[in-house]
Amino acid sequence: MSVIEIRQVSRWYGNVVAVNDVTMTIGPGVTGLLGPNGAGKSTLLHLMAGFLQPSGGTATLDAKPIWKNHDVYRTIGLVPEKEGVYGFLTGWQFVQSAARLHGLGDDAAERAIAQVDMAAAQDRRIETYSKGMRQRIKVAGALVHEPSVLLLDEPFNGMDPRQRLHLMDLVRQLGASGRTVVFSSHILEEVERVAQQIEVMVAGRHAASGDYREIRRRMTDRPHLFRVRSSDDRRLAAALIADTASGGVSFTPQGLEVRTVDFRRFTHQLPRLARDLGVRLWQVSPTDEDLESVFSYLSGRS
Amino acid sequence: MNTVVASITYRAMLGRKRIWLLALLPIALIAFALLFRFIGGGDESVAVELMKVFAIGTMLPLLGLIAGTGVIAPEIEDGTIIHLMSKPISRPVIAFTKFVVAASLMVAFSVIPTYVAAYILIGTESGIASGFALGALFAGIAYAAVFLLLGVVSRHAVTIGVIYALVWEGLIGGYVPGARRFSIQQWAQSIADQMTTTAFLKSEVALSFAVPAMVIVVVGSVLWAGQRLRVLSLTGDE
Repeated sequence: MSVIEIRQVSRWYGNVVAVNDVTMTIGPGVTGLLGPNGAGKSTLLHLMAGFLQPSGGTATLDAKPIWKNHDVYRTIGLVPEKEGVYGFLTGWQFVQSAARLHGLGDDAAERAIAQVDMAAAQDRRIETYSKGMRQRIKVAGALVHEPSVLLLDEPFNGMDPRQRLHLMDLVRQLGASGRTVVFSSHILEEVERVAQQIEVMVAGRHAASGDYREIRRRMTDRPHLFRVRSSDDRRLAAALIADTASGGVSFTPQGLEVRTVDFRRFTHQLPRLARDLGVRLWQVSPTDEDLESVFSYLSGRS
Repeated sequence: MNTVVASITYRAMLGRKRIWLLALLPIALIAFALLFRFIGGGDESVAVELMKVFAIGTMLPLLGLIAGTGVIAPEIEDGTIIHLMSKPISRPVIAFTKFVVAASLMVAFSVIPTYVAAYILIGTESGIASGFALGALFAGIAYAAVFLLLGVVSRHAVTIGVIYALVWEGLIGGYVPGARRFSIQQWAQSIADQMTTTAFLKSEVALSFAVPAMVIVVVGSVLWAGQRLRVLSLTGDE
């Protein structure tokens, strides 16, 4: 059982602030660091892994400082995002070297390779591996010493769906067995499938925190902007503005733009209204469903 | 010293085609020696000149650069060093191990070929072969340490190293006598001069300066590299 504590941590590079006054406590179970690219997720993970010095604040593991303390790696397993693995080693040699660097024997390496299901490919050189296989062998290398903390930087990036599901299962299992697992991702679906706890980062700030239901609710319960095209925009607009689900309707050359205040009610009501009026719907499309606007909404609110 | 770190580093340096980078210059040196020997130019002045200009003056700094930076800089560049640094091993131990690997490569690819080439030319005459080999040993270790430090400190280690070797030691050292005191190449010549009885070599830097300077440079560089590795930061790609 290990706890990572980030207290008022900031990190800047020159004039650029990558992480801004972040405080969070991460305990056993799976925690997802969610945020768009450039939000400071990697920086935060590097601070937790002892590969960056906080410009301000403290990062500790079980009350011991992480920076400049190589003993933390008895407790931490790190899976970096960069494909930084020695391509000239075979999978087995790579994991075996990790075990030996921990002072462990070949049985630890065998167990870790079995855990990521890479035994069949262990005698091939890593440079012949697919991206997903590299990711798994890196995870095996990070698991040899059965660390109570596992840090993964964008672990599901570039994996095919089958590999992704497999690694998600593994991450869930590790969390369920009482380890403290932290991973970063910019995809909400990925995070909510694996993590019990979600920490949202936006523009270097800690924007939201909660379980996936909480985060999902906050992401859908926000004003949405829909573009609607139909056989009779004016009649539809009149009916929509009369309904409590919409906060505003405007005419544009591309059709109606409807600002919703109640997402659920709007999606429920729109087809019924159209049917009752005898208006044919040609197009209903959300215009602000991209992650950036979701995140900027979240960060604006907290 | 950590054997796992050492074995990975050896594999990275010697694996597949990488070894040719290290082997090319010593092969050329021995080829020159054989050539001079068979066209009959194998006298003492030719031997000293070949050792001074090619073995110590060209091959040694270039190999020092390849070995010294090569054991660590590419790993920092592509992030593979994380594999070693995210383990409960002190970073100075990693730096020291890398230094030992670089120094041993200098012995294999520089010191021994220097001795062999001189021996081909004039046998053991005037102690030239052993003198230059000893000079190459000390200077090779110093180059390995300095360029290892450079590889940890700067992303432009190779460029800076080439400028040091060519401009400082080669050009400025050629015209400005004072600069020669701070030239690893000149220190190597001091040792070689001390060991040989030949009249064709006159070193410029006193041995009483060269040896302590080398010790300070080696110890200082390796310690500093270890400290720099402790605070090595990884900047995210974001």
